[in-house]
Amino acid sequence: MLCLAPLILLAWNGLNGNLSANPISDITNETGIWTIRFIVATLAITPLRRITRLHGLITFRRMIGLFAFFYGSLHFTTYIWLDQFFDWRAILKDIPKRPFIMIGFASFVLMIPLAVTSTQKMIRRLGGRRWDILHRLIYITAVGACIHYIWLVKVVTYRQIVYATLVAALLLFRLLWKLRGESLQKTHQPAKKPLAA
Amino acid sequence: MAANRKNDINPSEITDEGLYRNRREFMRTASLAVAGAAALSLLPKNISIAHAQDSRTWKPNHPSQSDTKEELTPFKDITSYNNFYEFGVDKDDPAQYAGTLKTQPWSVAVDGHVKKPAVYHLEDILKGESMEDRIYRHRCVEGWSMVIPWLGFPLANLIKRVEPASKAKYVAFQTKFAPDEMPGQRTSALRWPYVEGLRMDEAMHPLSLLAVGLYGKSLPNQDGAPIRLVVPWKYGFKSIKSIVKISFVESLPPTAWNLATPNEYGFYSNVNPEVDHPRWSQARERRIGEFFKRKTLMFNGYADQVAGLYSGMDLRKDF
Repeated sequence: MLCLAPLILLAWNGLNGNLSANPISDITNETGIWTIRFIVATLAITPLRRITRLHGLITFRRMIGLFAFFYGSLHFTTYIWLDQFFDWRAILKDIPKRPFIMIGFASFVLMIPLAVTSTQKMIRRLGGRRWDILHRLIYITAVGACIHYIWLVKVVTYRQIVYATLVAALLLFRLLWKLRGESLQKTHQPAKKPLAA
Repeated sequence: MAANRKNDINPSEITDEGLYRNRREFMRTASLAVAGAAALSLLPKNISIAHAQDSRTWKPNHPSQSDTKEELTPFKDITSYNNFYEFGVDKDDPAQYAGTLKTQPWSVAVDGHVKKPAVYHLEDILKGESMEDRIYRHRCVEGWSMVIPWLGFPLANLIKRVEPASKAKYVAFQTKFAPDEMPGQRTSALRWPYVEGLRMDEAMHPLSLLAVGLYGKSLPNQDGAPIRLVVPWKYGFKSIKSIVKISFVESLPPTAWNLATPNEYGFYSNVNPEVDHPRWSQARERRIGEFFKRKTLMFNGYADQVAGLYSGMDLRKDF
């Protein structure tokens, strides 16, 4: 399981004292950054599939998406457990002070229905089309995660910009693809026929 | 001395008393030696003695050491977890890349409203100063803190020696600018060179220190070698590192983080649990090496000594 490697590495470094002087901050950062990486990866599947026509890639999408949720859960748990140690009063005070936490939390919450409905059974039950629409929530999560990342640092560097650019590019690809599909449809249709909504 | 002793971390916070005595012993010898002769030529020698002493008694890498709470932050942490954007924005960047910084020879330009403006060799600045070790709390604006045994001398001593004119209301500091030695300066993380400043009374306060070492050793590059400011009641970024210029000026000098984000970092930047950073709370902090967060103290615990500097000021406005 290659997707578990970041966690294993983190645990290994933690046990061997290879983390920095502030390990809780390291764990928070690492789990957070891997959440974003997996979100980017899961968003990249569809464009890759369309460009390369390797339709088999779809089989990885669910797993990668679930790992995004998995790392997101670890990240969230780290904050609640290690960083704040279930000090709910402090957390409630902390959240309005740190709006980036709210955005991060919302992005995480939006992944929950996606994880819940990730099974074959749920796809069948929802029906492909409705499932597709529901799972577009990941677009919001992706944008939210990027804002969360940019908002929490003292100085924005190329790192935050790289992820934001990747997410923007992957979402733009979808938009362009859709527009292209529509224009293709248009040219294939007899000109006089009004476009159906 | 008396003034700063009073505020030192309480004894229970410090573990190895034997080691501490050792260091004090060394410091006495060292300061005598330093005061004695052509100062800096002696300093590195003394410091290497201290190094030998420490490496025997102080073993920060061992887990048994890191188990103990409420103590001096281990040397390793102080020298591997740094914010020094001149070498990169990650905490481990300075330790990794600061080796390229040339600290010898080093000179500090003193200019502005002073009777003795000059470019001073570091040797001349240190000459006649007796080095003291001072254990200060260090609170980063990001919400973590350390306890650091600095080695240095009061900034006030230097200020008195260069004789500022009455026109000098502020003291401005500047870090070395050398992009070929400081890779972070090739990026636009901050505006370079890094600049900082203090009001004259803050600069003259006995707690304000010019540090040249920690744990009895000369400063590692990542901690601001060869000479840096330490102002323990302010957030860490006020304690400017690797100083090459000290200017005595009439009006409020620009400061690096204020230039970067004026609404988040003010000129004063006093540690204040009641005045939050716009994006996070400053009420608590994580002491490096501890699991639970602790309450942040007003003026980082130095209120009884420095609160008077700000009487009548609205600390929310002058953050």
